[in-house]
Amino acid sequence: MEDRQTLGRPKLIWLMMPLALLVAAIGWIILTDPFQSLKSNAPPVEAVTFERTILNDQGLRMLVRAGGSDPMRIAQVQIDAAYWSFVQTPPGNISRGATVWLDIPYPWVLGEAHVVTVVTTTGATFTHDIEVAVPTPKISLAQLQFQALIGVFVGIVPIVFGLMFYPVLRGIGQSGMNFLMALTIGLLSFLLVDSIEEALDIAGSSAAIFQGPVMVILVAASTFLLLMAVGQRGGPPTGVALSTFIALGIGLHNLGEGLAIGAAFAAGSAGLGTYLVLGFTLHNITEGIGIAAPILKKRPPLWVFASLALLAGGPAVIGIWLGSLAFSAQWGAFALAIGAGAILQVVVQVGAYVMRSNKLGMETFLKPSILSGLATGIAFMYVTAAFVKI
Amino acid sequence: MKSANKNELVSRRGVLLAGLAAAGGAVAVSGRANAQELPYGSEASTSTMVTHENMAAHGGMMTVGEVDNVANGFDPMALLTDWDVGTTEILPDGRTLRTFEVQAEDKEIEIAPGVFYPAWTFNGRVPGPALRATEGDRIRIIFKNYGSHPHSMHFHGIHSARMDGVNGTPGLIGPGEEFTYEFDAKPFGCHLYHCHALPLKRHMAKGMYGAFIVDPDPKKHVDHNDVARSRLKGTAENAEWQELVMVMNAFDTNFDEENEFYAANTIPFAYMKKPIRIEKSRPVRIYLINTVEFDPINSFHLHGNFFDYYNQGTTLTPTLRTVDIITQCQAERGILEFSFAEHEPGLYMFHAHQAEFTELGWMANFDVVEA
Repeated sequence: MEDRQTLGRPKLIWLMMPLALLVAAIGWIILTDPFQSLKSNAPPVEAVTFERTILNDQGLRMLVRAGGSDPMRIAQVQIDAAYWSFVQTPPGNISRGATVWLDIPYPWVLGEAHVVTVVTTTGATFTHDIEVAVPTPKISLAQLQFQALIGVFVGIVPIVFGLMFYPVLRGIGQSGMNFLMALTIGLLSFLLVDSIEEALDIAGSSAAIFQGPVMVILVAASTFLLLMAVGQRGGPPTGVALSTFIALGIGLHNLGEGLAIGAAFAAGSAGLGTYLVLGFTLHNITEGIGIAAPILKKRPPLWVFASLALLAGGPAVIGIWLGSLAFSAQWGAFALAIGAGAILQVVVQVGAYVMRSNKLGMETFLKPSILSGLATGIAFMYVTAAFVKI
Repeated sequence: MKSANKNELVSRRGVLLAGLAAAGGAVAVSGRANAQELPYGSEASTSTMVTHENMAAHGGMMTVGEVDNVANGFDPMALLTDWDVGTTEILPDGRTLRTFEVQAEDKEIEIAPGVFYPAWTFNGRVPGPALRATEGDRIRIIFKNYGSHPHSMHFHGIHSARMDGVNGTPGLIGPGEEFTYEFDAKPFGCHLYHCHALPLKRHMAKGMYGAFIVDPDPKKHVDHNDVARSRLKGTAENAEWQELVMVMNAFDTNFDEENEFYAANTIPFAYMKKPIRIEKSRPVRIYLINTVEFDPINSFHLHGNFFDYYNQGTTLTPTLRTVDIITQCQAERGILEFSFAEHEPGLYMFHAHQAEFTELGWMANFDVVEA
């Protein structure tokens, strides 16, 4: 006991000393302002991020976030190069990182583009494009049902279709199994690259204060490590457990996808129509096959299939709902990053599973059945993605 | 500075699905499934109705707030009639020597409500003082540069090369220096002066320009003596007229070589918010000068009326008769004459007919009243 106390006291001092010095340094800087010379006559650096746009029968509502070196003030608002009256809530200066709503009674035109420009006190301008003006959906039963229907076709239906290949796939040999598992790795790798790219893209339009790209990498890595730790408890996952992890990874990915789709409802943009839903359905069918692959050897009860389909596809519905109701760039990037981390974990787990089942090391991936599976998976995803990308 | 914060939340997939979004919106609003069947302003969409109700006067198209004229040191309403006639003395040969004093200085100006611009000014105002002389006067301008950059006064008029105020002449002076320009006031007309230091575009855009009006000497124009007298400040004939000077200008507040604000006499919508009072029985004469940078032309359009136009003001008969719009290139100017005598009182609008300029501030009203 006494030993600990004598040891504890110096440690406490060593802890307190740097902290006290830090406080003293901050106090000195604030009181004496030795860096005053950094403040030249140059205007402060300003930044404005447009996070949400709502178009309704009152005109435009925009959520904007301020960033920059000092609190800033929005002096005027232009819509399509015309000064327009607006109400800012709350009014006045906007602190760094804070958000305000701008209500602008502008008679926007359905289906056409508009440009919103805010002019700050320093005369700096920040511009946001409304690519195609459509009314922002209001929360209603009909609306939620309509969005859920899209979510079902984008998320759940293709998984179910993929799982329905299950009886055909059963009883295939080791090569066939290798091909299917490699196919799964291939399609997941595509999704991994796709979600990282999309997450970084969206992160780029979030306010600088969120450090979007860094956040994406950190969130993806944390998710990956967390799921790896969970997955490895009780040994490497196989069978239903591995299928569940694949479904979870795909589900988290679909949540991010759903958010982006929901954001389209909220923001409004040009559309091409129904065939896109079909494109998504086709694009996502292999996900169902991937989920089915680890459970081919031992057939689980039917409810397991239903649960897997819901786990993998259901988040698309939730994502669309959330995305259309409240969506800002940083949350979209966050969700996609979680999805990316989860998918990376599944890629690693499935890869390890393939190596174990072939009782080989890395050379497993040189087998023709594996290579052809990988290539087919990636190629299929790439080609069907053409239906949904412009 | 031009920061395009394109919000790309609507990523490719999102964009593509927005067709569904539009359909979804239609479902939500009207219960109809096809967005194409939803014309804006139909019973399903009420936004036109609401916004029109809210915005009776100007449709909501307006800057928000008021400029602090006191802090700026000038009032756009006062600028309209604020002539600087200098100080005069009679020379031994009987001519008038007219002396002006002008200082260049840096000054931050609130060029629109809440928007502050680091201007370069003549006498602390934009536009600079409206200098007014009479044809044949000997002009002397004592120019002092209190600004942070070299400046000059370059007059549109007839003068020697030494008095031109361009690079390589003594009239282009550094900070803290002084120069006196001297020349005869000719030809009569509606002219301008501006700083001719390089880079010219920046010195112009920063606010260094002003009106230079030379009234005709009636003695030299026996054929149009009455017209000349009506133009000559100080005569009884001239006092009948309601004379206004308008310098059409603009400000590029984010320095991307495109203007954010347009106006006549600096402050956008100033004469919309406070219309210019016009007594209907008295004729109106506008000295109109275009100093806009970055846009090749500007224009002036009068509502409900037509006017006669004297291009550059160097003639005593109109160069254009009965027009309701004229265009002016950069540094072009002229005199507009019109009357509301036969009109019923009310607000008569005038503005640039480049609708972009109009909606970015160059829009104004005459309040025509019985006098």
